Amino acid sequence: MPLVFVTFACGLVFGAGLLISGMTQTGKVLGFLDIFGAWDATLAFVMAGAVAVATIGFALAKRRGAPVFAAQNLWPTRKDIDAPLVTGAVLFGIGWGLVGLCPGPALVNLAGLGLPVIVFVAAMVAGMIAQDMWSKQKAATPTSETAIAASTDG
Amino acid sequence: MHNLTPLSGLIGGALIGLAAAMLMLLTGRIAGISGIFGGLLSPATSDRGWRIAFIAGLIAAPLIATLAIGAALPSPAMPASLIVIVIAGLLVGFGSRMGGGCTSGHGVCGTARLSTRSLVATAIFMVAAIITVAVVRHVIGG
Repeated sequence: MPLVFVTFACGLVFGAGLLISGMTQTGKVLGFLDIFGAWDATLAFVMAGAVAVATIGFALAKRRGAPVFAAQNLWPTRKDIDAPLVTGAVLFGIGWGLVGLCPGPALVNLAGLGLPVIVFVAAMVAGMIAQDMWSKQKAATPTSETAIAASTDG
Repeated sequence: MHNLTPLSGLIGGALIGLAAAMLMLLTGRIAGISGIFGGLLSPATSDRGWRIAFIAGLIAAPLIATLAIGAALPSPAMPASLIVIVIAGLLVGFGSRMGGGCTSGHGVCGTARLSTRSLVATAIFMVAAIITVAVVRHVIGG
């Protein structure tokens, strides 16, 4: 099963990048976000390096058409700016700003088996499961507007 | 400027971009950590193998660095109490799934694809995080 080995290697390179860039250190991330304090601009260099290489890679992937070990490229197709996108980004930003951990660095840091990181990842898992259940429930029950529309139309 | 490490930032960033490019070129997937990891938690997910392998690679990176060059295992300094860490974890988990991505999926991959949704999401979570740090450090802390 080459897909498993290939994705393991990708995860390994991604993790190495997070470690080398310093993004697994909460102090460096919070230092970047602290523009009114002792600002650490490192994260801007990390983003610039990552986006530059990813842009070249994605352009090659687009030209190639299909990936090496799968049937097709799974590009996201949505273009709309909806309420969940905006609300989700706000909530994520607040959480990220509170301790300086986002999902990638949190998982890399899990290897150190520190209690605060384990607690963070457990809470992150709970948040993800809660969102999944909430969105499914929302999709299953009619919204108040449609319920009202249905009642008035009848 | 404080603790600026531009070279290691650029090199590490380039590796993150390389990993995202490799994942797309080889498997056709977007390297969004919240999406890859979050997908594992949904009972409906059928493609567990590559997701587990990618996450295993992330966690193995510091272990291999320790074995190969004797690097210390990561233990980030946490500036917050356990209660705040729990709240932060819940918000990061809930928000990244609701908004369809985090710093990797929207910030790196979406920006590289010039996706409008990702550029908007990245701008919003950056501003929200900057305001949060400003309030915690300079309003409450100051």
